[in-house]
Amino acid sequence: MNAVEVDKVWKYYGDFAALRDIDFKVDEGDCVALLGRNGAGKTTLLRIIAGLSRPARGQVRIRGGDVRDQETRRRIGLLGHGIAVYDELSAFENLRIFATIYDVPDPAKRAMEWLERTGLDRVKDGLVREFSRGMRQRLAVARAFLHEPSVLLLDEPFTALDDRAIAVLQGLLAQARSAGSTIIMSTHQLREALELASNVVLINRGHIGFQGVRTAEMLEDPGWLYRNYGEV
Amino acid sequence: MHYLRSVVTIALKDLRSEFRSKESINASLSFAMVVLLLLSFAFDPSAEQVRDFSGGLLWLVFAFASTLILNRSFARELGNDCLDALLASPLPSSALFLGKCAANWVLLMGLELACLPVFGIFYNITWWTQFPGLLLVIACATWSLTIIGTMFSALTVNLRLRELMLPILVYPMMIPALLGAIQLTTDLMAGKPIAADNELWLRLLIGFDIIFTALSTALVDTVLVG
Amino acid sequence: MREKLLYAVALIAGILLARNLYVILLKLPDEARQDAIWRIFTFHLPAAIASGSGFFLALVFSGAYLAWRNLKWDALAASITEVSFALAIVTLVTGSIWARIIWGVWWAWDPRLTSYFICLLIYAGYLMLRRVIDEPTTRARLSAVLSIFGFVDLIVVWKSIEWWKTLHPGPVLSIRTGGGRIDPNMESAAWWNVLAFVMLAILLVAMRMRQEETRREIDALRRVVHTV
Repeated sequence: MNAVEVDKVWKYYGDFAALRDIDFKVDEGDCVALLGRNGAGKTTLLRIIAGLSRPARGQVRIRGGDVRDQETRRRIGLLGHGIAVYDELSAFENLRIFATIYDVPDPAKRAMEWLERTGLDRVKDGLVREFSRGMRQRLAVARAFLHEPSVLLLDEPFTALDDRAIAVLQGLLAQARSAGSTIIMSTHQLREALELASNVVLINRGHIGFQGVRTAEMLEDPGWLYRNYGEV
Repeated sequence: MHYLRSVVTIALKDLRSEFRSKESINASLSFAMVVLLLLSFAFDPSAEQVRDFSGGLLWLVFAFASTLILNRSFARELGNDCLDALLASPLPSSALFLGKCAANWVLLMGLELACLPVFGIFYNITWWTQFPGLLLVIACATWSLTIIGTMFSALTVNLRLRELMLPILVYPMMIPALLGAIQLTTDLMAGKPIAADNELWLRLLIGFDIIFTALSTALVDTVLVG
Repeated sequence: MREKLLYAVALIAGILLARNLYVILLKLPDEARQDAIWRIFTFHLPAAIASGSGFFLALVFSGAYLAWRNLKWDALAASITEVSFALAIVTLVTGSIWARIIWGVWWAWDPRLTSYFICLLIYAGYLMLRRVIDEPTTRARLSAVLSIFGFVDLIVVWKSIEWWKTLHPGPVLSIRTGGGRIDPNMESAAWWNVLAFVMLAILLVAMRMRQEETRREIDALRRVVHTV
């Protein structure tokens, strides 16, 4: 059973096919870099994988279960563009809410643990709207990871992060990988992505341009992929 | 049980957010007072005939002031992309919806119970003679307003002209419930209890609540996700 | 094939309407108590029946869209709602004219007219919703949900307004009263016009659907161009 199975997914906006017959499998422990130009369909695909959008055809399965099932969604961690925490609540309250929603055994305790891990324990009762940008980003990361997801979905994770947040995130991702988590990361930042990735999927105008193992060649010359499999 | 806990978590989150910022509460309370004032210019409060449409005036105030709270309901999830995080989580859309309805109902009840004494003072109406009945009617009709308003808040959350679309969609749909509420409230504030001749309005209210709660809960996932 | 069918429907509708107008305006006599104005009933009723059935069909097609997600159902639902909306306006205007002549007022808060007015407001909201959503699939999904809410609400509105007031003339069609309340010739004129209006409605819906399809095509082409 694969960690993530994207099974012949199509997505239409009216009569326009934004995604056409997207079909790939991700094994447990893989780290997939989802690449493609703007408008290629990366974000659309990632939203479908996260269960935020319904495909017109096809299905996404996480460890065999349909992504729209409640049980399956427990295993997903999502880090998108927005920080997805509430400005009017404190750091602790935010994490506790998400811990409760994800059915974590002792939500308050888990929230505290993650505040410590991201260096936010001293501001645990501070309202998020008073936080600096870096602090908000670290809280976002805590929110995404606190329920120990086995599948991580990241949309442009390194964009707009400050150095401290990048360090925290990279550390967590490395930890997650060694714990056997599966990662799908959609990004423009070729270098960081290719360093972390074990596999690559290139989306080109709504269909898969390339899928396969990340090679050393790709790492040396990140543009290679786009030149050979990118847009004509 | 777990479902109920999710609903309560969302309700408390919304209430806590709202009580910290007080944005919607202040705005809707101010708006309600302004509408009450404007209505007292339009309809002479000292006239005896005012008693005949006291229910109508009161529910007009509630209907207008409530849109500010209801509009905010799903709109508050857009900042920071919180809605995506909630939809991607194991939280069922219906639990998210009902949690928000519960929070909105509490806020609306608070608004209405605050307006009632002011209304009584402006129009010199004793509204407490049939208070248990009045409370029941207000509770049921507020739930109607909540369920329709929250549902359309979800439907319009990603649309441009959201603040405009919500009243346009909600008010016509609310007419049966408002009609029932108005009939009953006018009677109750005049001291007349809920009896055989106006009891059918209460049945209408409760029927409305049941039908639209069921319909909304069934369709909210389609609206939010697809 | 489809074109030929539509031309045939247009022809039949045209002939039927002409024949009906002739019968209603020239052949049938004035009614005992209402004089000439009773004739407007032969337009008012068909418009009401056609639009009411239209809104019900819109509910069915909206449900069909949500079940099968084929945009043709959405085009059908939207087109039928628009045509029914126009016919509902005809219903209200003809009803209002009749009321002015018979009751002396342009508008009386009678239950059926009031309910129809609320119906107009509900579906005006539907039409407005479709205008503010650009993306076709989202537009189809959200307006389908609204259509379902709208029709269910309409049923509740109908009943509640009926409880609130009663002024409208009671049923006169023989299917409701078992005969005797209206001259059979007049009644048959009304039914013939129901047929004419339904055919007219079908024609308008077909034309509107063609327009929806073209619009979707243009939208799709625009998206393709934007990705280049």
